[in-house]
Amino acid sequence: MDMIAEKFDAIVIGAGMSGNAAAYTMASHGLKVLQFERGEYPGSKNVQGAIMYANMLEKIIPDFRDDAPLERHLVEQRLWVMDDTSHTGMHYRSEDFNEAKPNRYTIIRAQFDKWFSRKVRAAGATVLCETTVTELVRDAKDKVVGVRTDRAGGAIFADVVILAEGVSGLLGTRAGLREMPKPQSVALAVKEMHFLPEDVIEQRFGLKGGEGCVIEAVGTISRGMAGLGFLYTNKESISLGIGCLVSDFGATMQSPYALLDALKDHPSIRPLIAGSEVKEYAAHLIPEGGYKAIPQLFGDGWVVVGDAAQLNNAVHREGSNLAMTSGRIAAEAIVQVKRRNGPMTKQNLVLYKTMLNKSFVVKDLKKYKDMPALLHTNSRNFFTTYPQLMSQAAQNFMRVDGTPKIEKEKATAAAMIKARSRWGLVSDAVRLALAWR
Amino acid sequence: MTVAVTLRVEEKLYQNRYLVDSGRPHIKVRPHARPSANLLGLTRVCPAQCYELNDQGQVEITADGCMECGTCRVLCEASGEIEWNYPRGGFGILFKFG
Repeated sequence: MDMIAEKFDAIVIGAGMSGNAAAYTMASHGLKVLQFERGEYPGSKNVQGAIMYANMLEKIIPDFRDDAPLERHLVEQRLWVMDDTSHTGMHYRSEDFNEAKPNRYTIIRAQFDKWFSRKVRAAGATVLCETTVTELVRDAKDKVVGVRTDRAGGAIFADVVILAEGVSGLLGTRAGLREMPKPQSVALAVKEMHFLPEDVIEQRFGLKGGEGCVIEAVGTISRGMAGLGFLYTNKESISLGIGCLVSDFGATMQSPYALLDALKDHPSIRPLIAGSEVKEYAAHLIPEGGYKAIPQLFGDGWVVVGDAAQLNNAVHREGSNLAMTSGRIAAEAIVQVKRRNGPMTKQNLVLYKTMLNKSFVVKDLKKYKDMPALLHTNSRNFFTTYPQLMSQAAQNFMRVDGTPKIEKEKATAAAMIKARSRWGLVSDAVRLALAWR
Repeated sequence: MTVAVTLRVEEKLYQNRYLVDSGRPHIKVRPHARPSANLLGLTRVCPAQCYELNDQGQVEITADGCMECGTCRVLCEASGEIEWNYPRGGFGILFKFG
């Protein structure tokens, strides 16, 4: 190919959220961008729940609502604590979410990523799919100057390489730019796509006119592991899945698909997906290490963005917006360096980190820096014991059986003390509060 | 919980679209006499059940149904028990929805 002989301003590895945001932003500013995607089409290797946050995409493509494949805008969020036969929930639903420019949408990644990639191409970037980047090329001073791929031909050169290669991030970890994620810093999530007619979904969740509902749940569904179950309503499908820390899977030897099947069969979930046709089963890793797992983000001739940089807010279940924002900010930093004719050195690319530190991305992750360790070391208490206690307390409160109320309350308190001891309850509460602060 | 759980994952994988790179598996298990706890764990933890224990008590892989999640890489690459590469461009799992 002729273009391979050319030198590019930037090479982007990966066409997910962060890679597309970076490629689009740089191409829009006139940079000569080459983007590689190893899948058959952008999105073919990507998995997400998926909720897309409008604000962060608006900063990249302000009029995305005109043609982006959006499923439903969210008007209701259900947070559930589950035991084997029940759920205790906090639901928030508001008419305020039916606004001209809604805040959150469900999306289907394969479709969304194709759309985003069309925008990237329209902005002037060259996108090469079905191409796996096999190696970073470095010069004598160890600066990254290009890549090699599994296509015929030699190295392809660029001033800077943006590693948007996803959570597993083979290239960067093999090149020694960062460590491989640790088992306690990543969750394995499995999910299925359940298809149902649009009106059935709307009836079951009390929705109309493109409204959407989300359920996120913790409890005995993760069988003592640190984990989260989720159900997202799309237009004509429901994404249903569950994710738990890889370290917990490794230690307990649970099968993820058994967990998923048990979730599907839970009495609170079963009626919501009844009669659906499953069209896909997917698995993916999610970065869960938070602030303390963020690796070196830049070096001579390279930056790393998105999941590859472990930028994911586990507490708020936000990932794609951090990915998009880190991709955009890295691109903006590169554009600034380019405009002042600066070389893409570590010294200059620190600008990316400086700008990212000022954004919500790093500020949010810093706020919850102690949360991953807390939930990891106390997973059985937070994901099994407390959900069971909460269910017992709720049932004790609801069931009317002639027992005096004072006795019921005493029984509830006694059950909590028996399960965790007075000291344990206080210390769990304090540690949780400190990690949240 | 009294739940009849299918431990067969084939029915799930059957829904998926793959382009298998025949004869060029992207994951290999290093020959071993006895698997480590992590490697043995993969026979249960791999979401596509690619890993299986053979009659000699060794772990084998058939990577055709792999969804490229990387769980096995995180658990077993550092110890050298498995070798993990991306499939060649265009091959492997091709998510229709993701």
